[in-house]
Amino acid sequence: MSLLELHGLKKTYGPVTALAGVDLSVASGSRTAIVGPSGCGKTTLLRLIAGFETPDSGSIVLDGKPLANGAGAVPAHLRGIGLVAQDGALFPHLSIAENIGFGLGRHAAGRNERITELAYTVGLDSALLKRRPHQLSGGQQQRVALARALAMRPRLILLDEPFSALDTGLRASMRKAVAELLETAGIATVLVTHDQAEALSFADQVAVMREGSFSQVGTPRELYLKPRDRMVAEFLGEALVLPAMIVDGFAETTLGRLPLDGSGERPALARVMLRPEQVMLEIRPATEAADPQAGALYGEVVESEFAGATSTVAVRLINSPDSPEAAAIANTPLVLRKSGIEAPAVGEIVRIRTIGTAHVLAAG
Amino acid sequence: MGYSTGSYARSDFGATLLTGRRARRRPVSWMAVAAAVVSLFALLPLGFVIFSAFQAGWPTVVELVFRPRVGELLTNTIFLMLLTVPLTAVLATALAWLTERSDLPGVRIWSWLAVAPLAVPAFVHSYAWVTLIPGMHGLFAGVFISVIAYFPFLYLPISAALRRLDPALEDAASSLGLSPARVFLRVVLPQLRLALCGGGLLVALHLLAEYGLYGFIRFDTFTTAIIDQFQSTFNGAAANMLAGVLVSCCLVLLTMEMLIRGQERYARVGSGAARQQPRIRLGRMTLPCLVLPLVVALVSLGVPILTVGRWLIAGGADVWRLDEIGLALGQTLVLALLGGLVATVAAIPMAWISIRAPGWLQRILEGTNYVAGSLPGVVVALALVTVAIRVVPPLYQTLFTIVVAYGLMFLPRALISLRASIAQAPVELERAAGNLGRPPLRALWATTIRLSAPGAAAGMALSALGIMNELTATQMLAPNGTRTLAMAFWNYSGEIDYAAAAPYAAIMVAMSLPLTWLLYVQSKKMAGR
Repeated sequence: MSLLELHGLKKTYGPVTALAGVDLSVASGSRTAIVGPSGCGKTTLLRLIAGFETPDSGSIVLDGKPLANGAGAVPAHLRGIGLVAQDGALFPHLSIAENIGFGLGRHAAGRNERITELAYTVGLDSALLKRRPHQLSGGQQQRVALARALAMRPRLILLDEPFSALDTGLRASMRKAVAELLETAGIATVLVTHDQAEALSFADQVAVMREGSFSQVGTPRELYLKPRDRMVAEFLGEALVLPAMIVDGFAETTLGRLPLDGSGERPALARVMLRPEQVMLEIRPATEAADPQAGALYGEVVESEFAGATSTVAVRLINSPDSPEAAAIANTPLVLRKSGIEAPAVGEIVRIRTIGTAHVLAAG
Repeated sequence: MGYSTGSYARSDFGATLLTGRRARRRPVSWMAVAAAVVSLFALLPLGFVIFSAFQAGWPTVVELVFRPRVGELLTNTIFLMLLTVPLTAVLATALAWLTERSDLPGVRIWSWLAVAPLAVPAFVHSYAWVTLIPGMHGLFAGVFISVIAYFPFLYLPISAALRRLDPALEDAASSLGLSPARVFLRVVLPQLRLALCGGGLLVALHLLAEYGLYGFIRFDTFTTAIIDQFQSTFNGAAANMLAGVLVSCCLVLLTMEMLIRGQERYARVGSGAARQQPRIRLGRMTLPCLVLPLVVALVSLGVPILTVGRWLIAGGADVWRLDEIGLALGQTLVLALLGGLVATVAAIPMAWISIRAPGWLQRILEGTNYVAGSLPGVVVALALVTVAIRVVPPLYQTLFTIVVAYGLMFLPRALISLRASIAQAPVELERAAGNLGRPPLRALWATTIRLSAPGAAAGMALSALGIMNELTATQMLAPNGTRTLAMAFWNYSGEIDYAAAAPYAAIMVAMSLPLTWLLYVQSKKMAGR
């Protein structure tokens, strides 16, 4: 069942178009991530949903009730939508307990019990309740901000890059904890982030945003393996984009004949995408490349940069199949990120294999 | 006057920017000695009050302090403060909100007009109203004129604080179900507490120290009573005891402000730059909201300008006695520049230490300076008169004494500007200069001093502005025959020759305007715009 429905949302600031018609549907209890480079309009979208700004046109419907329809809008404080901001936005003049209970009536029955319970839910030590925001670490502040939003029992929570201020290690564990917690509570979430790995690991539904509209919306797997175009492909991770000739459901590329995913009408000439992890390098003796087996593809490592867990390896193809489109780039080395341990050294000869299927990108 | 004693003086630009590492031992210790000497000088007026109480002996103190006259003055002072400070705070907050957070048309002009009344000396405000409504006198007149003369002292810090507030807090509060009005009360107002406390203290200290404003409307405060006493009995124990009570009032105010301010932290939690706040649409409320800044501008600027203009027209060409005015102008400029220079030079060691070598010494010196800087000019003057007469009689009523008095009174003002600009000259530059072969003092000169020169100039200018409009200490300490613009204005209007006084008022306002503009620009800069 759909909890939040956005239709044709548009917003301009003077000559700048922040949102150029956005449609989105968020199921109740689900997790949606909106990801895009900075300035793509994702924060504006979040602020429209929260009610801090009104759209120029389009509608926002929460749980069947219209929140905004063109310029008419329900004010933010009557929407009942939770919000966790980038750095928590805790009230510096109030204690942690007062922060968590801010939205509860000051004399509401069971207020203190509720605060303790919320602190427990988000994994905050109750000893911290008497402290002030600046005495807490970044992760703890985020937990308080989450508890504060949960206190209102919202059906939808908006997360505005809440993990970006945290350390790398903490970020992943915090993300996991928040995802589990919101899942258990059955609260739908909309996360805004510029970090693609965060978006892919957090959400059931990811929307890639660019210049005020969504480029593609889908499940994380779908977006990663079947991006619509090159921008989406490269935004969500490293991608090898190869020119290809499509023949009988296969792509003829510099890396040989690659099977394609899916089916349907395809142009004769297209660009296909492989993820670097689909390309396997196997170290072989140099003699083998001089006398290649039929269909086997060899390359020489021309650069190898060690960087701890991963290494970047550049491979120049030795015996690329001689398709006319590919010839032009045959001398451009393939750049792959490989595990640091198995990365070959400069000068070594490798046999190149691909696994899985290639994906045809839309032109542009 | 001293804008400095408010929250600006305590803003720890330096402490946050630089660590407690000592750059080099020698310059620190020389600077420390210099700062300590300046602080001892600054404590002179306080020492004088305590000394004179001891010297008079307990029975005399009781006799002179616990009498109906003192009770009367105390009642006047307390009522004046209880009415003026809250009214000023409400007015300044409303104006600051309108100019910083609403889409009122012409906000830039209104915000400048809310600072501009500072260019009009308090006693000129009073003169303007008394000549407009001759019947004005007593408590309510005092409250009214004080509010319009001093509200910019609160407007400046409050508008700066509003500008710096993190809008994410207000967003968070409204997402938690608070209506805009309750967001203001529960989130915005508590964050303004520091600005309200600092600005409120500054206004209260001015109420205690001001003489001319209350002289015009025949409203007795401790300061007016001390000067009356001084003029009739010269250097009597009675004046000294009143000064003691006045100083006690100041100390009570400082303590109260410290208690109310509390130890809480109001800075933004978290990292990154705050987003700029959206301005709230006034819609149909625009016209009613325009009335407030308009009325305030008319009352605080229109009335003085109209009155002075009217007297200038009435006086015609006769009131412009150029020889007399030229002499007064020259004397005022010499005193203002000398005093400003002394205040700035005296502030250098303290400013340098508070940025480059923060620690216990700096905290003690700063505290001392804070208390000393809040003492009324009349007490400083009384102390210097006493010291000059008792210890070094040849110094009484000399240029030296009056310049020292100005230095003591306006040091805090010079200190803020200096400190802010030294904080912007990173110690790394000084070290780099040392690394490139400059000896320590030349490295200091080539980097920090050169870079902080604009701040020093601003501090000097602001001190000079205060000195130009200073009346109390000037009257008591200046060499015989001195006639500054303020003194000439005061004497003429004392003789009810309002037309002859008008040119002096006009010159004072005209000279203060550019410096007030400087103050306005500086406050915008400090708030990061």
